[in-house]
Amino acid sequence: MSTATLTPDTSVRDAASPRGSAPSTWTLIAVELRKMTDTRAGRWLLLATGLVAAAAAVAQGLTGDVANRTFVDAVQITMLPLGVLLPIIGILAATGEWSQRTAVTTFALVPRRGRVLAGKVGAVLVLGAGGFVVALLAAAVATVVGSAAAELTDPWRIDGGALAQALLFLGLSVVWGLAFGLLLVQPGLAIVGFFVLPTIFTVVGQLASGLKDALEWIDPNVALAPLSDATTSGADWGRIATASILWIAVPLALGIRRNLRREVK
Amino acid sequence: MIEIDDLTRRYGAHTAVDHVSFRCEPGTVTGFLGPNGAGKSTTMRMLCGLTPPTSGRATVLGRPFRDLPNPGREVGVLLDASAQHAGRTGREILTVSARVLGVGDDRVEELLETVGLSGDRAARRAGDYSLGMRQRLGIAHALLGDPRVLVLDEPANGLDPEGIHWMRGLLRDFADRGGTVLLSSHLLHEVEAVADRLVVIAGGRIVADDDLGSLLSGAGVLVRSPESTALRRALAAEGLPSTTTADGAQRVEADPYAVGRAALEHGVVLTELRPADSAGLEDLFLTLTTTDAAAPAEEIPA
Repeated sequence: MSTATLTPDTSVRDAASPRGSAPSTWTLIAVELRKMTDTRAGRWLLLATGLVAAAAAVAQGLTGDVANRTFVDAVQITMLPLGVLLPIIGILAATGEWSQRTAVTTFALVPRRGRVLAGKVGAVLVLGAGGFVVALLAAAVATVVGSAAAELTDPWRIDGGALAQALLFLGLSVVWGLAFGLLLVQPGLAIVGFFVLPTIFTVVGQLASGLKDALEWIDPNVALAPLSDATTSGADWGRIATASILWIAVPLALGIRRNLRREVK
Repeated sequence: MIEIDDLTRRYGAHTAVDHVSFRCEPGTVTGFLGPNGAGKSTTMRMLCGLTPPTSGRATVLGRPFRDLPNPGREVGVLLDASAQHAGRTGREILTVSARVLGVGDDRVEELLETVGLSGDRAARRAGDYSLGMRQRLGIAHALLGDPRVLVLDEPANGLDPEGIHWMRGLLRDFADRGGTVLLSSHLLHEVEAVADRLVVIAGGRIVADDDLGSLLSGAGVLVRSPESTALRRALAAEGLPSTTTADGAQRVEADPYAVGRAALEHGVVLTELRPADSAGLEDLFLTLTTTDAAAPAEEIPA
């Protein structure tokens, strides 16, 4: 240990001019992405997510209905695991600041908390895009394997609309997870809330047939499902919009408000 | 330079920080002293923009903390050494912050070296660190952006005696180069060796704010004689009120000349006569922090 290199000659500095410029939004996004992946838990969760997605795609390529063993079908089958697991990373990115108490450091370095939160939104969107790339790679492997195992007609047919909907589905999913994490603050509560609350609507919808039509506009599982298999049609877009506002935009707004105001201890 | 100007923070009916004002000048170490729950951490969190004050304001280098473009380049902050992600390695924790600060990875290695956490220790997860190692990491973190101001809350907690000695040298050096240091502690002896100035807080209020030297000289003198009864009589006869210390000496609120004169007048042999210094300061600290102001309210969680 030495003190020689510790402190610069602060006396010669111009005390009036602040040093350093604020970190750019891109820097903050990159930092938030790094924080999602630099712990053992984060790395394992990402690895597991990729492996499950790949396994789902390959299973589809080998065992699906022969007509459905296409590249696009394989991409779509990965939406289920990716849509479940990637939001958890978003939830942990939001709640970890409080549960691990890193908010003390994070907000002391960037006191304009809105910038940190914007960085987190950007980071989960990059994460969603990364999930989409994983889906494409897994689907490509699945299609190669599937083509080798059986005679398929045009398995590489690309449906741009379907892929765009899958990308939108992942984007909405990760922001949804982040929003619940920001709003509910505690990781356990946020994860349970993320899975249980929408399911309650689905169950109620199935039990009470009279409410079914109304709940289709509210239940995010029902409303977002068409995106993951590209069956979205006219009225579906309206349901996607209402469910997204209710389950993603509103919790995100409330969660951001809570994180901006909360006292850091 | 730090300016705390009439800061108040209430939690419901409880006032944790009550109209607190003080300044920390460049080139000095200010010890911020008070019992647990006195309002030290709340004041420091308000200074760093983490806790919104009920009223009042605080500035660092003339600006509210929030208005510093990249605060970590100006102010090194260590408020809670344990508030780190248990799953990140020491090196990773510094690297993440280095990205925000815009400083290079070589700076991270330099500071790991400085605080004695280089090599294998840097690759261990912070959750496996001892409290002393976390404090060292926290000090490295505070110094990462090469700041001119340091704000450290109880940095000596968990450090071994060698570590405390090292940290004192580090802070003294930092201040001697023109830096400003605000350092809190609930233990007087931790700060008196390094602080130029003491700000004492109790029950949310500032009860003393002065140079260490002035506070020490106000602590009176310590005088000892084998003939202790004769000494007490002599002091009383000269109108010098005294109190008996635990080890049988007398502490007198007067200058050494007056005490020596009294002993001479009454022919009492003295074996010791000196400024009471830290013994007196300890008494003073206890007096300041346990009288009226200090119904030290319930512990404020750090």
